[in-house]
Amino acid sequence: MKQRSLLQKCLAAPHMVWTVLFIIAPLLFVAYYAFTDSEGAFTFDNILKSLEADYMVIFFRSISLAIIATFICLIIAYPMAYAISRAKPSAQKIIIMLVMLPMWMNFLIRTYSWMSILEDTGFINQLLIKLGLEPVHMINTSGAVVLGMVYNFLPYMILPIYTVMVKIDRRLVEAAHDLGCNSFGVMTKVIFPLSISGVVSGVTMVFVPSISTFYISQKLGGGNFDLIGDTIERQFQTAYNYNLGAAISLILMVLIIISMAIMNKFSDEDGGMVV
Amino acid sequence: MKTMSRLYTTLIFVFLYAPIGILVLFSFNVSNSTGVFMGFSLDWYKELFRDSATLAALKNTLILAVTSSVIATVIGTAAAVGIDRMKNQYVKGALISATNIPMMNPDIVTGISMMLLFVFVGGLLKLDNNLSFATLLIAHITFNLPYVILSVLPKIRQLDSQLPEAAMDLGCTPMKAFFKVELPAIMPGVLSGLIMAFTLSLDDFVISYFTIGSGFETLPIRIYSMTKKRVTPDMYALSTLIFIAVLLLLILSNVISAKAEKKPKKK
Repeated sequence: MKQRSLLQKCLAAPHMVWTVLFIIAPLLFVAYYAFTDSEGAFTFDNILKSLEADYMVIFFRSISLAIIATFICLIIAYPMAYAISRAKPSAQKIIIMLVMLPMWMNFLIRTYSWMSILEDTGFINQLLIKLGLEPVHMINTSGAVVLGMVYNFLPYMILPIYTVMVKIDRRLVEAAHDLGCNSFGVMTKVIFPLSISGVVSGVTMVFVPSISTFYISQKLGGGNFDLIGDTIERQFQTAYNYNLGAAISLILMVLIIISMAIMNKFSDEDGGMVV
Repeated sequence: MKTMSRLYTTLIFVFLYAPIGILVLFSFNVSNSTGVFMGFSLDWYKELFRDSATLAALKNTLILAVTSSVIATVIGTAAAVGIDRMKNQYVKGALISATNIPMMNPDIVTGISMMLLFVFVGGLLKLDNNLSFATLLIAHITFNLPYVILSVLPKIRQLDSQLPEAAMDLGCTPMKAFFKVELPAIMPGVLSGLIMAFTLSLDDFVISYFTIGSGFETLPIRIYSMTKKRVTPDMYALSTLIFIAVLLLLILSNVISAKAEKKPKKK
């Protein structure tokens, strides 16, 4: 068996080396750049600068737009996931396939396509004019940015909630009904608590890309709604201030870790309730 | 209730497919407008096959997706087997958490963190152009690895650990036992990991955007630089073709799996 244990140790070795070189080391470089100036001397300036009012506005805007988008996704996706989980198994398969299909198309081009729908002379406004209504200004508003987030990340909310819901034992629902629960009670007391783990992973999967996006805000916000992602992208691709960019990225990571910790606390509490 | 949920599902699908419908429609437009439909033509499809830069980008994307997903699958499958056998729970937990970092971190942070590494190392080694195909390949393998490991690991846990031991008792070398006994048993997980890695790599824009060098262009990067100015409908034509290809593949795989499910019932 000795020979075998040696082999086993070697199996994970390439991955371990890879993880240290290309996952751990890059993150250390983010911290290094965040705490040094362009000469390489230690400084808190980048962090302090990222916490100035100009950037705080952007942080606040990103957080609020991401929360709104995540909330809308949840409101839309939850009934959808429920409806899919109640459909016939053969229909479920097809519907899930249709939910995933748009994700295989490049998200840049799908977002760009929304521009032709939302523009002042776009698809919706042409339709409104034909119906004799006033055109509505939609593109380059914060609403359009939220719409882009909801559109792009909705499947990430539907899929995990559906996966959890489809596993819920139907007999639990029947038992609740037999014991005198109405439909509302079944939803709030049985189905929702049992689906909370799907909700938590859905919320994380929508919130993280929403708070860090830069393409959606560039295209649908017309550059008027800078988000954290836009700020980071600018430091690395046009302003070439890697130190400031690294500092903002570090703050973004801390923000995400805090929000995930809050989310997990929620799910633990609710999970405890179920048991 | 039933009609309500049907209506609701339909509305969501209208929302999900509206932009796709728009780009399919405008890929057949006579004019180069992506806002006003002037009439039907196939000109943009002809234009697409003359657009050598786009076709080259498509080829690069496929090469990158194939190489990165195959390498990630080999490293990841070996790692999953190794992780499963680890005795030290502390090391095991730490390695799994570290593996999952690229999945939890926003893409932009993964992208810039690797960019900083490459820029720093490139500066140390005094390389002129420190971002190239190699850096892009490293980045893609890195974000593919957690997905491969995550889909292989549960299959290994289901596997009876006595099976490879039995094979070795019967005279197999450990190597042979792995390839003859374990690998076939975990193959579904390996394949789904490979497919996931391939599609992720094919579609990635954000991480590539920060780790790509000059002189190499993938399709998402090309689309990005085009959407900075104006997208010509030949990009829509390409997207339509990709959409149809994916749709056909999905239908095919569904038909095959439906047939496979029916078979045991016939017996």
